[in-house]
Amino acid sequence: MSAATAGWLQAGLLIAALAACYIPLGNYIAYIFSTDKDWKVERFIYKVMGVNKDADQKWSVYLRSILAFSVVAVLFLYLMERLQRYLPMDQHMPAVEQDTAWNTAVSFVTNTNWQNYAGESTMGYVTQMSGLVVQQFMSAAVGLCVAIAMIRGFVRQKTDKLGNFWVDVTRCTFRLLLPLSIVGGIVLVASGAIENFSAYHTITTLSGAHQTIPGGPVASSEIIKNMGNNGGGWFNTNSAHPFEDPTSFTTVFEIFTLLLIPFATPRAFGKMVKDNRQGYALVAVMVIIWLCAVGGISFFESHYNLGGATAAHLAHGAMEGVETRFGTSGCSLFAASTTVTSTGAVNCFHDSLTPFGGGIALFDIALGEIAPGGIGAGMYGILILAVVTVFVAGLMVGRTPEYIGKKIRPLEMKYAALYFLTLPVVILTAAGLSIGTHQGQSAIFNPGPHGLTEIVYAFASMANNNGSAFAGLGSAAPWYQTLGGIVMLLGRFAPEIFALGLAGSLARQSRVPESAGTLSTKTPLFVGMVVAVVLVLVGLTYFPALALGPFAEGLH
Amino acid sequence: MNRLPSSVRQLITGLRLLLIMTVICGIIYPVVMVAIAQVAFHKQANGSLVSYKGRTVGSSLLCQEFVNDKGQPLPQYFQPRPSYAIVGWSLAQKKNGQYYIAGTGPDNYGCNPLYSSASNLGPNNPAQIQFVKQRLQEISKFDHVPISKIPSDAVTGSASGLDPDISPQNAAIQVDRVAAARHVSPAKIRALVAKYTSGRVLGFLGDPVVNVLLLNIALDEKYPV
Repeated sequence: MSAATAGWLQAGLLIAALAACYIPLGNYIAYIFSTDKDWKVERFIYKVMGVNKDADQKWSVYLRSILAFSVVAVLFLYLMERLQRYLPMDQHMPAVEQDTAWNTAVSFVTNTNWQNYAGESTMGYVTQMSGLVVQQFMSAAVGLCVAIAMIRGFVRQKTDKLGNFWVDVTRCTFRLLLPLSIVGGIVLVASGAIENFSAYHTITTLSGAHQTIPGGPVASSEIIKNMGNNGGGWFNTNSAHPFEDPTSFTTVFEIFTLLLIPFATPRAFGKMVKDNRQGYALVAVMVIIWLCAVGGISFFESHYNLGGATAAHLAHGAMEGVETRFGTSGCSLFAASTTVTSTGAVNCFHDSLTPFGGGIALFDIALGEIAPGGIGAGMYGILILAVVTVFVAGLMVGRTPEYIGKKIRPLEMKYAALYFLTLPVVILTAAGLSIGTHQGQSAIFNPGPHGLTEIVYAFASMANNNGSAFAGLGSAAPWYQTLGGIVMLLGRFAPEIFALGLAGSLARQSRVPESAGTLSTKTPLFVGMVVAVVLVLVGLTYFPALALGPFAEGLH
Repeated sequence: MNRLPSSVRQLITGLRLLLIMTVICGIIYPVVMVAIAQVAFHKQANGSLVSYKGRTVGSSLLCQEFVNDKGQPLPQYFQPRPSYAIVGWSLAQKKNGQYYIAGTGPDNYGCNPLYSSASNLGPNNPAQIQFVKQRLQEISKFDHVPISKIPSDAVTGSASGLDPDISPQNAAIQVDRVAAARHVSPAKIRALVAKYTSGRVLGFLGDPVVNVLLLNIALDEKYPV
C-alpha cells in the first residue's frame, strides 16, 4: 500500500470513529448538565463545599466562582512546585525556579499547558500527578462549564440565572472526564505507555554504555492531557516520546481522544436548544475547517519540494523532528488536530515543519480555537462567531439579527465584539513588544523570517490556550515567562467574561418565534457564511504577521 | 461562614473543591490506574524492558547509541537515527563558520532518556542544512552507498531523540556493512532484518519500521562478533 493511501485510510478511520460518537456522547453531555439526579459522591462533595445545589447563579456570580477557583488553583500549584522536594517520590528534583513555577501554574490552570520546562528533569511524580494532572481535569471541566452556561443563555428565558458552577464542574469531572480517562488510560497502557511508580533506574546497554530509564504514572496523565485539550506532556517531547505514545495506533487513538469531546459538544448544544440541526450546522463548520487544516499540512509535509524547505529537499523527506513510526502522515494529522483544538500536544516538532506546513499550524491557532476548539472553549467561541455571522448577515439584508430565537441587540454585539477583539490585541501587542526589545529578540533560535514565526506562534499559542510551540524559541527567558503568564491569563479569562456576559443578557430575553423573515441558521448557506466570517476576520487580522513569517520563508 | 464577604466565601469553596479533587483525581485515580496496569499489563506499564543473557539491556521503546569510546559508530551494529536527547543540547558555532552540536557534562551522548529533545531546527536554518549534508557524506562513506539511496530518516533528528526505530530503507543500506563486520553473508542479515520489521499497524496506520535494539540483540545472539 502506498504511503498516501495509508494516510487517507488513517484519516478515514479517525473520521468514522468520531462520527460514531457524535450522537451518543453529545446526548450524554446534554443529559449530564440537565438532569436533576445526583450521584451519592456528588451530594457528598456539595456538602463538603457547603454548596446548595439548587441555588442557581447569575452570570456574574458564575464568573466569580470560576475566578475564585482559578486563583486558589494557581496559588496551590505554585506552592506545590516550589515545595516539591518535601513531597514523596520527588526523584531528587529541586524546587522549580520562581518564574518557571509562575508560568507553569498559570499555564495549567488556564488549560494552556505551555511548558518552559522538561518534565523528566524538573518535576517529581507527585507534582505532576497531584498538581499538574488535577488541573488538566479541572481546567477542562471549567471550559465545558462556561460552554454549558452559554448554551443555557439560549435555552432559558426571562431569568438571570445560568446554573451553579460548583455543581456543573463536579458533574463534568465525575460523569464525563474521569470515566473516559479510566477507559482510555487502560487502552494506552495496554499498547505500551508506561504506568508505574518506579524510581529512575540505570541499566547497562547492549554495547556497554549506561542509560537511565525514567518512570511515572504516565498513561493516566497522557489520556487527560489529550482528552481535556491540555497538551502538557509528562516528558519534554510530549506525544513524540515513546513512553507517552508508543505506537502508530496509540497516536491515532490520541488524536481521536483530543477531538472527541469538542466535536460532540455541538450535539449537546443542539439537544439542549431542542433543535439538533443547529448542532449539525456548527459541527459542519468545525469539520470543514479541520479537514482543510489536515489536508493543507499533509500536502506540504509530503510535497516538501514545493514550499522552500531546503533541508528537507536535501534529505529527501521532511523527517526532521518526526518519529519513524508515525511518519509524515501521522505527524500532519496530529499537528493539524492539536492546533485546531487548543490541545497543544505534539507528536512531531512544529519548528521543523516545512514553512507552509508550519504556517498552517500557526493559522489554525490564530483562528481562535473554534474548529472544533478546546473542550468547551471551542463551543462558546463558535457560538460567538455564529452571533457575529447573523449580525453581519442581518446588516446585509436589513433584518433584526436573531440566533436560536434570541435577538442580537447592541448589548449582545458589544460582548461578541469585545470577545473577538481581545485575542488579536493581546497576541499582536505581546509579539510586537518582544520583537522590539532585546530580551525578546535574543531568544530567537532560527534566523530570518522563521524567527518571527517562532515569536508570533508563541503568543498566539499562549493567548489561545493551545500550548504547542515552535519550540526553538528560548521561552524560558524571564521575559517570556512573565509576559507569557499574563498573556495566558488574559487569553483565558477575558473571553470567558465576555462569553458569560453575553449568556447573561441572552437568558434575560424571551425567545421570539421563528417567522418568515428569520434567517435560517441550519442551512448549508449559513455554514458557508460562518466559515467565511471566520476566515475573513482572522485572515485580515493576522495577514501581515503571516506574510512576513511563514510566507516570506516559503516563497524565498 | 455566611457572615464573610461573598468573595471570601467563594475562595473558601474553591479551596475545598480543589482539595477534594486533588485527592480524587490526583491520588486515588493514578493509584488505581497504576494498580490495574501493574496487574494486567505488567511488561508495558514498566517500559517494555528487554533482557539479554539474563540482564536488562534496555527498553524496546528507547533508542540506544552503538558507539565506541570516541563516539564513532560501531560497524557491527545497526545504527539508530541522529538523536538530540543530549544533556544540555545546544547549537555551538565555531569561528570557521561550521556548526557543531554541543552537549554539556560528562554524559555527552544521544538517546539519553533524561533529556528527550528534538532539534527544533527550521528547514532553512543554515545549521540544519549543514548537518544534513554532513550526515549524507558520513553515511555514504560508512556504508558505501550513493547519496541518492540514503533515506530521510537516516539524516534527520527524530522528534523525541529516543526513536527506537529506523525505516526499512535505512536498515537496507546498513546490511552490507554489518554483514562484513560480522563475517556473515548479507542474505542472512537481510533475513534477520525482515524478521524485525513491522508493517503498518492494521495495514494502514503509521509507517513500517525496524526496531534497532531488538535487531541488534538478535544479531549478537545469532552471529556474535
